Amino acid sequence: MPNNRPEAANAPYRLPPPLFDARCRACWFTAGILVLVLASFWSLDLQWKAFFSREAVASMGRFLGEFFPPDLSPTFLQKVALGAAETLAMSALGTVLAAALGLLLALPASRKHPEDRSLWRAPTRVLLNALRAIPELVWAALLLISAGLGPFAGTLALAFHTAGVLGRLFAEAIENAPPGPAQALRAQGVGAGRVFAYATLPQVLPQLISYTLYRWENNIRAAAVLGVVGAGGLGQLLAFHMGLFHMGKTCTILGAMLLLVALVDAASFASRRWMTR
Amino acid sequence: MSLITSGAAVSSAALIPHRDPAWRGRLLWMGAALALLWPMLVATEFKPWVLWDAGNLKPTLHFLGSFLPPTTNPEFLALVARETWRTVAIATAGISLALLIAAPATLLATRVLSISALRGRMARAPALLRQAVRWALVLLRSVPELVWALIFVRVVGLGPTAGVLAIALTYGGMLGKVYAEILESSDTQASETLLRNGSSRLQAFSYAVLPANAAELTSYTVYRWECAIRSSVVLGFVGAGGLGQQMDNSMKMFNGGEVATMLLVFIALVALADFASSFLRRALG
Repeated sequence: MPNNRPEAANAPYRLPPPLFDARCRACWFTAGILVLVLASFWSLDLQWKAFFSREAVASMGRFLGEFFPPDLSPTFLQKVALGAAETLAMSALGTVLAAALGLLLALPASRKHPEDRSLWRAPTRVLLNALRAIPELVWAALLLISAGLGPFAGTLALAFHTAGVLGRLFAEAIENAPPGPAQALRAQGVGAGRVFAYATLPQVLPQLISYTLYRWENNIRAAAVLGVVGAGGLGQLLAFHMGLFHMGKTCTILGAMLLLVALVDAASFASRRWMTR
Repeated sequence: MSLITSGAAVSSAALIPHRDPAWRGRLLWMGAALALLWPMLVATEFKPWVLWDAGNLKPTLHFLGSFLPPTTNPEFLALVARETWRTVAIATAGISLALLIAAPATLLATRVLSISALRGRMARAPALLRQAVRWALVLLRSVPELVWALIFVRVVGLGPTAGVLAIALTYGGMLGKVYAEILESSDTQASETLLRNGSSRLQAFSYAVLPANAAELTSYTVYRWECAIRSSVVLGFVGAGGLGQQMDNSMKMFNGGEVATMLLVFIALVALADFASSFLRRALG
């Protein structure tokens, strides 16, 4: 939209912005979406009949009925609690590793001062994007080969994906830090490592920590389901018992998962409110 | 260090301490963090040396070695293209069903369209209804889509139906909750005026609330569509069709070339969805 229009005397009513400036582009956009949706439904052989037929509804009801009563025997509850603890540990350790690796990669991926030639900037960013583009679960499935079944593969999977996400955020934070203190130290002849440690890092540290905490929150949710490919935590218990049709136990594990996610949500909500007050 | 800068360093040597003045505190905190980390390392069976164990290293290197060259025979490429379209189609169909859940739930859950709230406090029954809908949305949202998919695979069998339903339920909850929040954080003057002058709730919605928020709602939906593409790949790993299922099959057969091709296609797909979504959202302003 051109900026040289005269200012209106009254503030104009806030209308929805034009979709592509030309109205017809908007029609094409809508038509394109319609075509995409119709083609999607048409090309997928969705078995609604199998899903909404009477017997399917009955079998669904039977299936859900088997969930109850949940298995609440103390030994099994202990196992679930252990699984939940493992999930939490996986997410925390994965995030810590990711923060370390992310910071390590963010250094070559950022241009720290105008004279910095930063030859490694582009290749490191490509690496970060590749790490980030592959979801945790795919990482876990790939890592099972070299790390074996268990929480270690899950931890590494979380670490790799999150390192890509955090590395990019960290690099941007470092590039956007106020340049004054770093310039002052550089002018005194201080080396690059110490300039970063004593001028740039203290300035961006709060931001880095808040990014890391935010990703930790995400990772707890991801770690809960990561196990379905065999990478430890609650997910592995879930896949195991669901595979054996232990529906009561499955129900307990699902309950634990929901509880974990709800607790994380509540904690994050409370801490956000506490910090912004 | 070069000669020129060393001169500057000597002249200011009195100002720069040679040792970090806060090193004791830093060491203490480092130690405390390590002590906290220890039980986690135990719980996650963190043994990096197993990666270099001969029994693990050999298959890993063999698998990684078979990544090159990526498989490019036309038959396989056609299969990958078909499965990639299925992945996009599962995400799109899932999001459109999610909208069918989210739109009515938003109308029920948002406070903006409450008539009794015009007089100050909302009446008890509508307040209860709104809270109940909101809780239902939170419940839908907090079951991860992978778990929904696991359950539906059991009920409807392997195939895209389970994936579509899983995305529809999780994203329905997500969209409904965020839509309601978007509407509530908007300027409510226009809708309030309409409601006070006797228009119905649907009229107030379509002539005041929707026009003011259409751009933001669309933008959020497009962003979620992008997320759904990513998660529909993941859903394939539990048997819900698409690229993920093929990737899982190839991984189980240790066919590195096929895995490499599909990973590249997947990275390209995510980048494309990312680009399309940011382009559309920028166009929406």
